[in-house]
Amino acid sequence: MLQGKQTWKFENRPVLIGAATVVGPDEGDGPLAADFDLVHPELDMQQKSWEKAERLLLEQASEFALNNAKIAKDQLQFYVGGDLMNQIISNSFAARTLGVPNIGVFGACSTSMESLAIASLMVNSGAGQYVLAGTCSHNCTAEKQFRYPTEYGSQKPPTAQYTVTGAGAVVVAASGDGPVVEYATIGKVVDLGIKDPFNMGAAMAPAAVDTIQAHFNDTGRTPKDYDLIVTGDLAGVGHPLAKELLIRDGVPMNDTTFKDCGLMVYDVERQKVQAGGSGCGCSAVVTYGHILKKIANGDLKRVLVVATGALLSPLSFQQGESIPCIAHAVAISGGKE
Amino acid sequence: MSSKTKKFTPVQQEYQELAKKHEPKRPVLINCVKAFLVGGTICIVGQAVQEMFVHLAGFDEKKASNPTVAVMIFISVVLTCFGIYDKLAQWAGAGSAVPVTGFANTMSSAAIEHRSEGLVLGVGGKMFKISGPVIVFGVVAAFVVGILHLIFNPGATGGGH
Repeated sequence: MLQGKQTWKFENRPVLIGAATVVGPDEGDGPLAADFDLVHPELDMQQKSWEKAERLLLEQASEFALNNAKIAKDQLQFYVGGDLMNQIISNSFAARTLGVPNIGVFGACSTSMESLAIASLMVNSGAGQYVLAGTCSHNCTAEKQFRYPTEYGSQKPPTAQYTVTGAGAVVVAASGDGPVVEYATIGKVVDLGIKDPFNMGAAMAPAAVDTIQAHFNDTGRTPKDYDLIVTGDLAGVGHPLAKELLIRDGVPMNDTTFKDCGLMVYDVERQKVQAGGSGCGCSAVVTYGHILKKIANGDLKRVLVVATGALLSPLSFQQGESIPCIAHAVAISGGKE
Repeated sequence: MSSKTKKFTPVQQEYQELAKKHEPKRPVLINCVKAFLVGGTICIVGQAVQEMFVHLAGFDEKKASNPTVAVMIFISVVLTCFGIYDKLAQWAGAGSAVPVTGFANTMSSAAIEHRSEGLVLGVGGKMFKISGPVIVFGVVAAFVVGILHLIFNPGATGGGH
């Protein structure tokens, strides 16, 4: 269980028996399109509001995850989820549809790994046999809540990021076939005083660095132990910053492949997404869609996913506060030693 | 450094300097050229519309300005509705924000966005979300200029412009 200061070791090896991802048109146009279970051709998904569309993403991802896990809805004991909307409404409405006991969590864009860490902890401790973890985001709901109306013409700076329209969900089980969750490192809130909400990659990079270092300290592992370490949504500005900080602190990041979900989900040059992707859905669709498939087919043996979250609200940045950030890391392996 | 950075610890200041180094700069010169081209084009369209009202509909130059503005607003709202104006703005920057079409875009985009919250609280309440400050500070500025005008040029009251 607790290992070191802030890491949980899952001795009972919770298994990810089924995952699913549902995305919008821009992600479907990106390099990982083939890895997603469903691509919606329209942003509104024939719903009356952006919020309804976001909720639909999570409902569909949950349903498909249960199908892929080959379990019935009534076998599922708990659902842990969250999203970016005020009062995590997308999660609550999706949980209403699921009709399963729900723990709502908020970690901004780190919610994907936060919910997976909690679900794994529950399964590992015997609190549940089957626990679903899920999260979602929608480009237009995020624009509407955090920035400007979607059709408002404002020029975004090159440091801005493009919120991913997508949802990912995964069934964590006590036994079965699939990738295994080995560790989860819960991050501290780190704030180095970046105030620009159009530069969240730079704000979040120190949080990712803090959690990655804590993970190595607590577990005794080194970057060499992982085929791939991915950050959630640091994108074009934050990811090189995180790498520079880690190498400066003597962490041999060149021994592994160090990537970022925000740079993987889009073709950043072609798709005009400024610095890259962001949002709860970003690390969720890349991890549950792309990375788990790579682990399943043996291309990757062990991966550390470090989902990063900027815990700001429109109110806090209008009042001149800096952006508190967090990162949660989950180590996933192929299961067979 | 200024008092703004004094509140930060040395670690925070050091990081902020590092982050600044990694921050891609806004391409100011290219943005200015694009703004000039698009803003100028919008104004040429406006001028053409005005000439149309003068030569085809028999307005004089002054009276033609109101229907011209109405036509420009209409064009902007249509482009906003079809999801074109925001894409134009990412390219054009200030070029599409400054003319009257930009103001129309702020109002129509907010109205469309908040339609789902109802006609009164959504459309009515949030239509001025972005354009409201422009109106408030426009009126305040006009008031200040008016007072200055009265003080320095008191004889000029009551006349036309």
